[in-house]
Amino acid sequence: MTDALLRIEDLRTVFRSSSGDIAVVDGVTLDVPRGKTLGIVGESGCGKSMLSLSIMRLVPQPGRIAQGRVMLEERDLAALSSAEMRAVRGSEIAMIFQEPMTSLNPVHSIGDQITEAMRAHDPKASDAELQERAIEALRRVRIPSPERRFAEYPHQLSGGMRQRVMIAMALSCKPRLLIADEPTTALDVTVQAQILDLLRELQQETGMSVILITHDLGVVAEMVDEVAVMYAGRVVERGTAKDIFEDPQHPYTIGLLGSIPRIEEDRERLLSIDGSVPPPFAFPKGCRFNPRCPFAIRACTETDPPLRELSPGHRAACIRAPVELAVDIAA
Amino acid sequence: MGRHAVQRILMAIPVLLGVVLVGFLLMQVVPTDPALVRAGPTATPDVVEALRRDLGLDRPLYEQFGLYLWRLVQGDLGVSIINNVPVIHELGNTIGPTLELMVASLIWAIPIGIALGTAGAYWRGTVIDRLITGFGVAGGSIPVFFLGLALIWYVGFQLQLLPFTGRGGPLWTIEGLKAIALPALTLGGTFIGPVARMTRTAVLDVLGADHVRTARAKGLGEYRVVTRHALRNALIPVVTLVGLQIGYLLGGAVVTETVFSWPGVGRLAVGSILSADFPMAQGTIIVLSLGFIIINLVVDVLYAALDPRMRTA
Repeated sequence: MTDALLRIEDLRTVFRSSSGDIAVVDGVTLDVPRGKTLGIVGESGCGKSMLSLSIMRLVPQPGRIAQGRVMLEERDLAALSSAEMRAVRGSEIAMIFQEPMTSLNPVHSIGDQITEAMRAHDPKASDAELQERAIEALRRVRIPSPERRFAEYPHQLSGGMRQRVMIAMALSCKPRLLIADEPTTALDVTVQAQILDLLRELQQETGMSVILITHDLGVVAEMVDEVAVMYAGRVVERGTAKDIFEDPQHPYTIGLLGSIPRIEEDRERLLSIDGSVPPPFAFPKGCRFNPRCPFAIRACTETDPPLRELSPGHRAACIRAPVELAVDIAA
Repeated sequence: MGRHAVQRILMAIPVLLGVVLVGFLLMQVVPTDPALVRAGPTATPDVVEALRRDLGLDRPLYEQFGLYLWRLVQGDLGVSIINNVPVIHELGNTIGPTLELMVASLIWAIPIGIALGTAGAYWRGTVIDRLITGFGVAGGSIPVFFLGLALIWYVGFQLQLLPFTGRGGPLWTIEGLKAIALPALTLGGTFIGPVARMTRTAVLDVLGADHVRTARAKGLGEYRVVTRHALRNALIPVVTLVGLQIGYLLGGAVVTETVFSWPGVGRLAVGSILSADFPMAQGTIIVLSLGFIIINLVVDVLYAALDPRMRTA
């Protein structure tokens, strides 16, 4: 994991409130390997979307990056001027979102929205050239009769088609990193599979890096090379997909995996993790997972464990790891 | 879209009929006898009675209304009972100045209102936003007549900068422009506040939308994000609200025209009502209502032009 395209170092994103700053991303260090797909997994509210918006510097008001660096190769994105950051958005790092229904502007045609993105980064290109490139982009995401679709409006397209348009738009400037924030959550299951296939093919074609944010471990298993599990604003486990699925070390990861139904297993009921992610203003002392953790001991309520390397490239933030947790929990 | 417009125009016909009926009935309720007015204070009862028959006022109400409608569709609105001039003629003379005044007021008030509202939404919660909101509330709360009188007193009387009575001539002459300045400032001034407030709310709404985040993620500059992706979408509700508001502005025009002796339909309406000139008053009501209906039609068509979802629906 030495060849990282993007390296997040000790990133802290906070929201200002009347009772002081509240950290939604708290000390995250993470690297995104070049040309591979990194999955960021966690429940709603764990800070995974805020992490991705922090990379893009699009955290909504009154949030801000309070500390840390976001290194895109040699440049720290967190320290760029607004104009410099604008040049990075869309052209070097592109993003697609959860809601294809509302993520496109309803009053502009699809073609206009794609060419607008390209023009922002290539002001000298002629209209005819941009139109040709936009139609080519639509063709690449397998949209049938792209010439006709070019002039259509978002409401004339289905959800899956709109997500394809979003992808075409995101890839139109050939970014080196694509951040996909729950790209298939709002779509039908069959359409989900098509979009995931498309993303995988495009990634192989272009060699870009992808950050895939999802709460769906099925999607992760199918799509990613490496995984970061997030809980309460922190990364609690990091490793290759194989590490995480075959040898999970953090109790939270184990709990997440236990809650996926498996066809080959004959279980009466699925495991679940009691409770929910605490809100950022009510994080417990010590390990943030300790109130929900079946393996918590007193030390867990006192010290906040850092990520520890358990085997090369596989790290977990748990003082009890490595223990044969999986055996205990399955029993 | 063409069908949509035709449908709207057809729907306006019953509305107009209702207006004519209500206007007609209102005149019946007024405790003044038009025949008495026409005859003058020195007339004998015989003369008044003869006049009443002459004007058709002795016939049953429905017959009077039917006759009025029949003439109306032929473009005959009767003659003034004060000076015998055909109503349609007088309306033709006054409608031009009223349109002038409306256009001169809206042409600067709407852009300024929209710009202020957008700025307020973009810098929400800051001093800029509060200043604009305060200005909007103050502007919207000042009665038209008060603003008009204040401008007359200060700009017209104290500073002697601009004339404040009547129309100075066609708008392409210096005199014409000078004369319309104060009335247009008055009528437009009361309009900025409401437009700014409605725009602020609409833009604020759109700024939080997912597609605005997408626009930023594409690397667009803030100016383009705000104008092309926030304001452009916010214009859809703003056009509707501003259109409705222009209807109420017609009421303001009546007051403004009276204050500045502007020779428009509004002043004609006030004058004819005060002098119990029934046919004339009726005519002005019809014209002003027609204005309201036309504005709503324009809003409908604009709405469809701004929102592609309306075009195919």
